[in-house]
Amino acid sequence: MSGRRLLAMAGGVTVLAVALTRLVDNQYYYFAGYVILQYVVLATAWNILGGYAGYVNFGSAGFFALGAYTAAVLIKAVGAPLPVLVIAAGVVSGLLGLSIGALTLRLRGVFFAIATLALAVVLQTLIVNWEYVGGSRGLYTIRPARVLFFGNYVEFLFVVMVVLAVAALTIAWRIEHSWVGRGLAAIRDNEEAAECMGVPTLRLKLLAATVSGALMGVAGAPFPYYITYMEPASTFNLDYAVNSLAMPMIGGTTTWVGPLVGAVLLGSAQQIATVTISSALNLLIVGMLLVVFVIVAPDGLVGLVRRRRSRG
Amino acid sequence: MAVLLDVRGVSKRFGGFQALSRVSLQVEEGERFGLIGPNGSGKTTLINCISGALRNDEGEIWFAGRPITRLPAYQRTRLGIARSFQIPRPFTSMTVLENLCIPAEHAGHARARGADVVPEARAILERIGLADKADARAGGLTQIDLRKLELARAMAARPRLLISDESMAGLSSAEVDEILTILRLLSAQGIAIIMIEHIMRAVMRFSQRIAVLDAGERIAEGGPDEILRNAAVERAYLGE
Amino acid sequence: MFSVDLLLDALVAGILLGGFYAAVSLGITLAFGLLDVVNIAHPAFVILGSYATYVVNSRFGLDPIVAGVAFMPAFFLLGVAVYRVYHTCFERRGDESLRGLVFFFGIIFIIEVALLLQYGVDYRSVHAAYVGETVQVGPIGIALRLGIPCAVALALTLGLHLFLGRTFYGRAVRAVAQDALALRLMGANPVRIKDLAFGLAIATASLAGALLIMIGPVEPSIGREYIGRVFAIAVLGGMGSIGGTLVAALILGVLESLTSTFYGPSWALAVSFGILLLVLALRPAGLFGR
Repeated sequence: MSGRRLLAMAGGVTVLAVALTRLVDNQYYYFAGYVILQYVVLATAWNILGGYAGYVNFGSAGFFALGAYTAAVLIKAVGAPLPVLVIAAGVVSGLLGLSIGALTLRLRGVFFAIATLALAVVLQTLIVNWEYVGGSRGLYTIRPARVLFFGNYVEFLFVVMVVLAVAALTIAWRIEHSWVGRGLAAIRDNEEAAECMGVPTLRLKLLAATVSGALMGVAGAPFPYYITYMEPASTFNLDYAVNSLAMPMIGGTTTWVGPLVGAVLLGSAQQIATVTISSALNLLIVGMLLVVFVIVAPDGLVGLVRRRRSRG
Repeated sequence: MAVLLDVRGVSKRFGGFQALSRVSLQVEEGERFGLIGPNGSGKTTLINCISGALRNDEGEIWFAGRPITRLPAYQRTRLGIARSFQIPRPFTSMTVLENLCIPAEHAGHARARGADVVPEARAILERIGLADKADARAGGLTQIDLRKLELARAMAARPRLLISDESMAGLSSAEVDEILTILRLLSAQGIAIIMIEHIMRAVMRFSQRIAVLDAGERIAEGGPDEILRNAAVERAYLGE
Repeated sequence: MFSVDLLLDALVAGILLGGFYAAVSLGITLAFGLLDVVNIAHPAFVILGSYATYVVNSRFGLDPIVAGVAFMPAFFLLGVAVYRVYHTCFERRGDESLRGLVFFFGIIFIIEVALLLQYGVDYRSVHAAYVGETVQVGPIGIALRLGIPCAVALALTLGLHLFLGRTFYGRAVRAVAQDALALRLMGANPVRIKDLAFGLAIATASLAGALLIMIGPVEPSIGREYIGRVFAIAVLGGMGSIGGTLVAALILGVLESLTSTFYGPSWALAVSFGILLLVLALRPAGLFGR
């Protein structure tokens, strides 16, 4: 696949999504679709560091929430438009990824993982204590009354998420098929050997941590408008931390396809399941699936399909 | 001949343990250099300091006329220092060919990224005798093939100096000869080689000059014959 | 707002809290420091211990400490089982750093959500006659709610220290960290020894859980607050030293207590994270490492 064809595909998907908003009226589908696409972005973002380089980030919820709160603050303070929110959320969460990476990525991978694990809890504490964003009570964000071209704001947000998901997948594809992606794969396989083969390991890891963090923040940027009433407990929700890692692990971590497959399958299943079972049970199922998959199918669904194909 | 690698008074401590004390040695361009010493004498520590996996506490290391003491390992590789690992460390999820593309792309062609490195990688595999395994997963190779892969990868970095860390340990004598042939081939291309080895027969046959380490100090240096006759070396190996 | 009395109270509370933190961190010191098994689920096992204690305390009125000790064998077996799975599926395949970590992450969720489904989000607590009491030692009042957990934690720490230093199996555990080959020469099977050590690590979680629910009420997700703490302590203590763990735990306890007294309790959590990042950035070998 060449860069140009990729771009054409990305454009095609977006046009299709816009066309869809002319056909489907039921608002539920946009709400559900938004959530699934948000997971596509989060899973893809996680995979850039976790899947390609093998460095586990347990703090996805923190990066996502930081993006969402960055957007909320900008809306409240200056009424910034959505594109600005997306960029700002990306920059802030990207910087967080860079700084956590700079402090811990020189060491063994587990220390980065541990730091990210503790990170979300600390960020949440800080937000709870920040009166400007409503502390633990949360804050309301009023959606713009009107939006150009779209019937209502939720349809617009859905299309925004389509664009973000396509952008995230494009970035992942570009990384995967460049010297950066091949360098990251070498790091994942054997970091010391990679460094001795001329791979600038620290730089590539920092780059991956930054891009990954930035995309997670970007996923959170439209969140204040989507949820309208935002409070720390739901913004730092465990769902994000578990899913953004479980989806690539279950889908398959070595290519951009895995997170996409995982996010669409698991995301849709959860959207359907929340109607019938509690969200806690939902999480339990995801947790168990995760454990079963890492034990039985370490290469995820993509790996399973590939193995079957090479056999048959 | 010009000096390629210049190690000047390098020391390294691990806690209270002095692994290297003021070791100096010079390797000339295209030279075949042997580095020997009993277990724990600091050979691996020294090459870790040269390749950049470790930072030395004291002393300086120069390569091709410039100081590299503070450079990270990957930059040293790009300057032309390549190494093989004692215990092979292949990129297991990749094929043999892809294994070679990593150094070819990141070190050999670091200035021209995106260059097609596959033909060069194939040519190296051909020369080393791994061409028929180009598309095999590196994880499933035999010991001898893993050793060859280590050398092939080092070559793909287009080195001026190759450090071969016990590439022959545990191999049969026929296999040792195979590896020796490969190293001779590289030497014939003008690549300087530091050979670290316990198999004396191989080191003595291969090296033009040999340095001996014992307890972190360089106790002798000279041609193979001189080393064989050296009393200090004998003591180091056989004890008092 | 500053006064000597306040400072003194904060210091005492911090030391008591620190002693308790040592009990929570011992399992990490054993698993991560000595066995190199990055058990991020340890705090979840501690919460599991709290709930086990809660159940027998509320149903049969059993003393929480007795309950915590009584559950240790069961937790030991649980630990051995978890390690077996971890070893066969990840350690032996050389896949600890990615999938092994994710495995433990999954365990956190299974424990946390299972407790949530069974007991809900309400805070649970235990009852014992002495929990509400305070003892005066000179000018200082020691709440037994904190004092007893600290004393028990110190006893556990001392016991583990003696076990590792004085017994054959203890020495074998320390040897497995340094040299698996030497261990084989001693005639011990490294995997067996790691079974034992990991079982022991999880067994400490049972008692630590009993102490935790004695200090204050517990709900399923509270374990997450301890992940930063236990790893900050393990790293600061130099990974794998029992004495280092105790000192690091006391330092963290005092710092947290001072922070919550003078800046507000909500900042206390940030302390452990700050320490963790600072130590990793400046001195990864910890205070007592080389």
